[in-house]
Amino acid sequence: MSDVNGRIDEIVKGNDVVLFMKGSALFPQCGFSSRAVQILDHLGVAFETVDVLQDAEIRQAIKAYSDWPTIPQLYVKGEFVGGSDIMMEMYEDGELQQLLRDKQVGTA
Amino acid sequence: MPMAAEEIETLIRQAIPDALVEITDLAGDGDHYAARVVAESFRGVSRVMRTRRVYDALGGRMGGELHALQLTTAVPD
Repeated sequence: MSDVNGRIDEIVKGNDVVLFMKGSALFPQCGFSSRAVQILDHLGVAFETVDVLQDAEIRQAIKAYSDWPTIPQLYVKGEFVGGSDIMMEMYEDGELQQLLRDKQVGTA
Repeated sequence: MPMAAEEIETLIRQAIPDALVEITDLAGDGDHYAARVVAESFRGVSRVMRTRRVYDALGGRMGGELHALQLTTAVPD
C-alpha cells in the first residue's frame, strides 16, 4: 500500500464521519460539495472534512481508493456511503439518518 | 469539450439496455446536466453500485470531461 493510501486509510478509519470535498465546510468550492455539507449540517452530525483542493495527492488517490470518480465522497465509520446525489436520496428517504443511528454516530 | 446530452444518453443505454434515461441540461450550457436513470436491472442493487454502473457506462468521463452530472437512479414503479 502506498503512502497516500495509508494516509487516506488513517483519515477514513480515524473519523466517524468524514467528507472529502472541494473547499472547506465554511467555504465549499463546488455546488456538489456545498450540498453535501448542507445535508450533514442539517442532520446536526459532527464531521471532519478533507479539502482535496489543498492536497493533490489525496485528490487523485481517493478516486481509486473508493472506486468513485467524483468529489465529494462521504465515509461513515470507515465505510464509503457515496457522493452528494446519493446523500440527498438517502436523506430524503430517511436512510442517511438511519445509517447514522445504526452506526451509532452521535448528532450534535 | 462539453458533452452533448444525446451522447450521455447513448452511452448509458449501450451499457444498461433496459434503462430509461432522462437528461436535463441544468444551465443550458451543455456542461451541467442532471440525469435520471430508471432500470429494472437496478432492482436489489445498492445505490453505490447503480451509480458505478452508470459511471462505468460513461467510460471514465465522469470527474473529467463531464464535471457536473447530477445523477439519480431508480427502479420502475
